[in-house]
Amino acid sequence: MNQTILDERKSQVHRIGEEPFAMACDRPSLAGAVSQRACVFCGSRVVLYPIADALHLVHGPIGCATYTWDIRGAISSGPQLHRLSFSTDLQEMDVIFGGEKKLEASLRELIQLHAPKAAFVYSTCIVGLIGDDMEAVCRRVATDTGIPVLPVMSEGFKGNKREGYTAACKAMFQLVGTGDTAGISPMSVNILGDFNLAGETWIVREYFRRMGVEVVANITGDGRVDDIRRCHGAALNLVQCSGATMELAKMMQAEYGTPFQRVSYLGVEDMADSLYKVADFFADKDPSIKARTVELVRAELSELMPKLAELRKDLEGKKVAMYVGGSFKAFSLIKAFRHLGMRVVVVGSQTGTEEDYKELAEISDPGTIIVDDANPLELAQFIKEKDVDVFVGGVKERPIAYKLGVGFCDHNHERKIALEGFVGMYNFAREIHASVMSPVWRFMPRRSPVRAACAAKEAVNG
Amino acid sequence: MAENYVSTTNACKMCTPMGAALVFKGIENAVPFLHGSQGCATYMRRYIISHYREPVDIASSALGEKSAVYGGGPNLKKGILNVMRKYDVSLVGVATTCLTETIGDDVGRYLNEFREEFSDLSLPELVHVSTPSYSGTHMEGWHAAVRSLADQVVREKGKAHDGVNLLPGFLSPADYRFLKALGQRAGVRFTMLPDLSETMDGVIWDDYHSLPDGGTPVAEIRAMGGAAGTVEFGMSGGLFESAAGVLERKFGVPARRTTMPIGLRATDQFMDVLAEFASCDMPAKDAFDRGRLLDAMVDGHKYIFGKRAVVYGEEDFVVALCSFLGEIGIQPVLVATGAKSDRFRTAVTAALAEVCQTMPVIRDDADFKDIEDEAAELNPDLLVGHSKGYKLARARNIPLIRVGFPIHDRFGGQRILHVGYEGALALYDKLVNAVLEKSQDECPVGYGYL
Repeated sequence: MNQTILDERKSQVHRIGEEPFAMACDRPSLAGAVSQRACVFCGSRVVLYPIADALHLVHGPIGCATYTWDIRGAISSGPQLHRLSFSTDLQEMDVIFGGEKKLEASLRELIQLHAPKAAFVYSTCIVGLIGDDMEAVCRRVATDTGIPVLPVMSEGFKGNKREGYTAACKAMFQLVGTGDTAGISPMSVNILGDFNLAGETWIVREYFRRMGVEVVANITGDGRVDDIRRCHGAALNLVQCSGATMELAKMMQAEYGTPFQRVSYLGVEDMADSLYKVADFFADKDPSIKARTVELVRAELSELMPKLAELRKDLEGKKVAMYVGGSFKAFSLIKAFRHLGMRVVVVGSQTGTEEDYKELAEISDPGTIIVDDANPLELAQFIKEKDVDVFVGGVKERPIAYKLGVGFCDHNHERKIALEGFVGMYNFAREIHASVMSPVWRFMPRRSPVRAACAAKEAVNG
Repeated sequence: MAENYVSTTNACKMCTPMGAALVFKGIENAVPFLHGSQGCATYMRRYIISHYREPVDIASSALGEKSAVYGGGPNLKKGILNVMRKYDVSLVGVATTCLTETIGDDVGRYLNEFREEFSDLSLPELVHVSTPSYSGTHMEGWHAAVRSLADQVVREKGKAHDGVNLLPGFLSPADYRFLKALGQRAGVRFTMLPDLSETMDGVIWDDYHSLPDGGTPVAEIRAMGGAAGTVEFGMSGGLFESAAGVLERKFGVPARRTTMPIGLRATDQFMDVLAEFASCDMPAKDAFDRGRLLDAMVDGHKYIFGKRAVVYGEEDFVVALCSFLGEIGIQPVLVATGAKSDRFRTAVTAALAEVCQTMPVIRDDADFKDIEDEAAELNPDLLVGHSKGYKLARARNIPLIRVGFPIHDRFGGQRILHVGYEGALALYDKLVNAVLEKSQDECPVGYGYL
């Protein structure tokens, strides 16, 4: 008998109500378990990737660059430099004799070719082993070229994605404070932890514009080096996707005293709450901001809610499983699904913390399965056990749902549909509706009446 | 001549372990296992899934900092045990990565220790292949994995049989299906290694399968030593001895090498090779397809004659594509591969010698920056290759005919048929229509007849 959930993984799965809350997490992935997680490098790469006028050079063998070429749907309104894939493409001789010379030559030629505003140099597993002094090379090239050249210490094996986020924040923090803050409004924010997938940052920026709040820097969706350099001039940091950018917010608070608020632009309540938080924060500077924000939310909701109600008619009672990278998305989506009359019965993440899972357990219904660092066979079992109708996840989860004839919502890096903001909530509902309501499911063998009939016949004959 | 850069921009290759992982995905009930950090397995899974849209479970030893210092043996063994617990696995294919190659892990020794330590368990085949990511491309990894299977799983000559080993290289599931069916039509029993026809383009399931159906059965691999011959497509790997070479040296199985059967002449060649083993002349279906292909080549020849194509991708695949494009009157003007290969130039030149009046620019060790720079002066009409050429196609406003792997921006890449007369005909229609569509789109008034 095969073990779907290995003994060593059992403490990373929790069923609400069946036992008191206790969950192991924040552990290295188990060898041979086929984790859905990537590596430290991946964490750094996804966070910094959308900075569009920076050069992103991967120092390592070719794979790390190949598999991250144009990987995110993080749109830029201007430069497209971030969508190119640069690598030192280390070869055997470089591994033996060191890759510093190749790195330096690569940096110099690429900076000359592309005139970036800054360069990020990503360390990979191999660089951590051969001991290249990346920092020294970066310093030299920065001095000679006059642009910031920032080492990102993202050796793949030195942890998981979370360590990569930290490395990315440390690299960005070197930029913060190096730009002129003159002319920044006292009512100003930085948007942290939004990556402008399918133009989502633009939706949020437009809300702030309507509220009278200036956005200094998007960190990092549609991001620009010069904006990050002066972002310490903003009055407030708004942190979405806290796993990825909270570190930067904390560093900025310590160094520049910039306060931060946790926000989420997904779903109805969380989007509205995020705007109200900002309005509250600036209320003493501009007493009318509250009214403007209320009006904005009212206008958006009066358009959105009837449309959601229409879709809800079809979706009421359907069951959802979701598996995401960090947990912030899960919190918001559980609430978002309630607006559609749907119940989340399985929820998991690659890199959630104990607090995350505790909070998930509090807001989820009894019986819900919570899982940390899951893998394909576990997810398949949970889908079956809870008989879910739709799965929310990324590319690697999609075939698991589809093979079982279960609908799917792509809530991933490369999506082309904006899911944030009030308009994003509608897009989200439509995407769920489009998958759940497709006629194809009725023909799938797992649901097919023909199969049921055969089974019934067997039961009778048996 | 474009400039030579130190850095690589938009690589036209993948890393070595990727090829090995794909090969192991084509073995029945096998689990590919990357000995390295967790990210390698996950990145490759994502890359592969985006093309095939199938579950792709690749295990990892998930090495952390400690293992990098003290060696990855314990994690490797624990990982294999966990794979055995979770999957009904008949073979675990362990491929190294840059990390474990650099720290000097001796995987062969670890596997021997594992076999001894767990001799009380019923163990799957454990195959290992050295795939340092800093050496070669995914195709070196592919060929090395096929060779490791031939070397480590085929232990004896075994009983002589009339089957034929077919080592097709990296093709689409549709291609593998075609080759199997061709063998059946011709009365040749192929052991095709690997066989991704079902594992990477499977049916819908009524219950979740921990591993997909299909793939080359391990028992059939074991019997490859007794086969009547081995047919190997392409140049297979360059420097080292190929799997066909291993089987010839160790068990005296005669090796025949032929170009990947893409297009008329290469398929003719393959049919000739096949005829040596076959129970009949060319099967009727293929004879008809050949006739239809020739008929189409006549019907369409003027639309495409002299069109200038940029062709890029894996060496063997590109050589075969060039042979086809040349014979239908398309002029390859730039032929590029990301691999370093001395033989590439010779092979492309040989493929085009009879049918093209001028030779293309031929580049090995090329990235898309090189391809773009070279293409700038060559005024191409078409791009033929995988979907990573999209950026160039868009910039130049020319059609990209998507073939090979990866195809991340279109649906159905796993079902593109490239080989045989049937595959040639399908590609031919696509090529002609791409040219027609462009001229129709650009016509100021449009038209309804050609």
